Amino acid sequence: MVYGQKNTIFTSNQLLNMNKVVSGADEAIKDIKDGMTLMLGGFGLCGIPENCIAALVKKGVKGLTCISNNAGVDDFGIGLMLKTKQVKKMISSYVGENAEFERQLLSGELEVELIPQGTLATRCMAAGYGMPVIFTPAGIGTEIAEGKEVRNFNGKDYLMEMAFDADFAIVKAWKGDSMGNLVFRATARNFNPVMAMAGKITIAEVEELVEPGELDPDHIHTPGIYVHRIFQGKNYEKRIEQKTVRKK
Amino acid sequence: MLDKEGIAKRIAKEIKDGYYVNLGIGIPTLVANYIPKDIDVVLQSENGLLGMGPFPFEGEEDADLINAGKQTITMLPGSSVFDSAMSFGMIRAKKVNLTILGAMEVSENGDIANWKIPGKMVKGMGGAMDLVASAENIIVAMQHVNKAGESKLLSKCSLPLTGVNCVKKIVTELAVLDVLPDGGFKLLERAPGVSVEEIKKATAGKLIIEGEIPEMII
Repeated sequence: MVYGQKNTIFTSNQLLNMNKVVSGADEAIKDIKDGMTLMLGGFGLCGIPENCIAALVKKGVKGLTCISNNAGVDDFGIGLMLKTKQVKKMISSYVGENAEFERQLLSGELEVELIPQGTLATRCMAAGYGMPVIFTPAGIGTEIAEGKEVRNFNGKDYLMEMAFDADFAIVKAWKGDSMGNLVFRATARNFNPVMAMAGKITIAEVEELVEPGELDPDHIHTPGIYVHRIFQGKNYEKRIEQKTVRKK
Repeated sequence: MLDKEGIAKRIAKEIKDGYYVNLGIGIPTLVANYIPKDIDVVLQSENGLLGMGPFPFEGEEDADLINAGKQTITMLPGSSVFDSAMSFGMIRAKKVNLTILGAMEVSENGDIANWKIPGKMVKGMGGAMDLVASAENIIVAMQHVNKAGESKLLSKCSLPLTGVNCVKKIVTELAVLDVLPDGGFKLLERAPGVSVEEIKKATAGKLIIEGEIPEMII
């Protein structure tokens, strides 16, 4: 089944063939430079851009500020970039499960800004919606609020938090088409759609890349306008951090 | 005195038909096992899922399907998946009826500390600050005293706060207590075999005892 009608009105038939496909992770990240700010999608090891992380490690860019809910584990995810000391600063909500991270933090090699998970997600969303700030009650009365503007609306205090400003957003989707439309799967969606909206340049790696018209427009989670580069990733490991099962 | 399962069992009685519930990591996760069969409850996982089901059978685990504790889980029929911004949107907009979480300390005015111990590696607050800042109905599941034998129910928290004036009810291995709007822990129930005296000894904050305190039924 192909969604959408063949063009019979516009004089150009190229209108819906905006091709954002790049050859792979190396090409997608080729202009990421030292000192840039990157958003990386995923929650724990679920829905992380494995191919781009591997390419960033290979490229060896340094001094990166990484906005990501977690920092991976010692030998996977953003943990791989920590091992090679490419990360200057992490902006995350939870960074457990990573011994190298802890070592670098305690030795002062790595800077960390911990922010509430909902604040992290909503600061991404604000960037993608073109709004400069958000107001959230998360952190009121705690050390997170220190030095920040507080406003009272309808009798309740809210913290003003800025929209993120990231050079690149790197996300992982389940399926995508050559126009950059994305579909995510299960809880691998997590931060990916809001980060995809928030990057100055957004790179999407997908498990399956299809032609325009193969994805149902009604089922698209991220419209292609937010995505600048897309490629079909390979050799996904999709590691499980905490396998928990029950008996049959 | 209750064990962890006992605390979870007692808290499960607070869940009502039609509730959307967010369960934190630790004892709160166990509560899912004791939700009465005759009520309909939807569990929210703040990484972006409504309708969380039990752990998968061996071999059926899916790397794309985890809960907020990063454990593999399943989805029940009628589930929905969404992004993290919407997940915290529904929390902030008070659509989630009940939040159950653990704590290191709770104060008699309902402040909670559960994310940071000065001098120790800080892992982060995750979604806890968002949850406690917005949820209207927060139950804390925790031990009454810490490993050093010190009370975790205090007049004022000593650890860095996660949120202020937010905890409504506490269930420990010794007791069920309400946190009163004007301050103070009101003793509601004793755990089986636990005396009011024992609860008094384990509570550093203002404890309010009125009349006979019944033993909890679990």
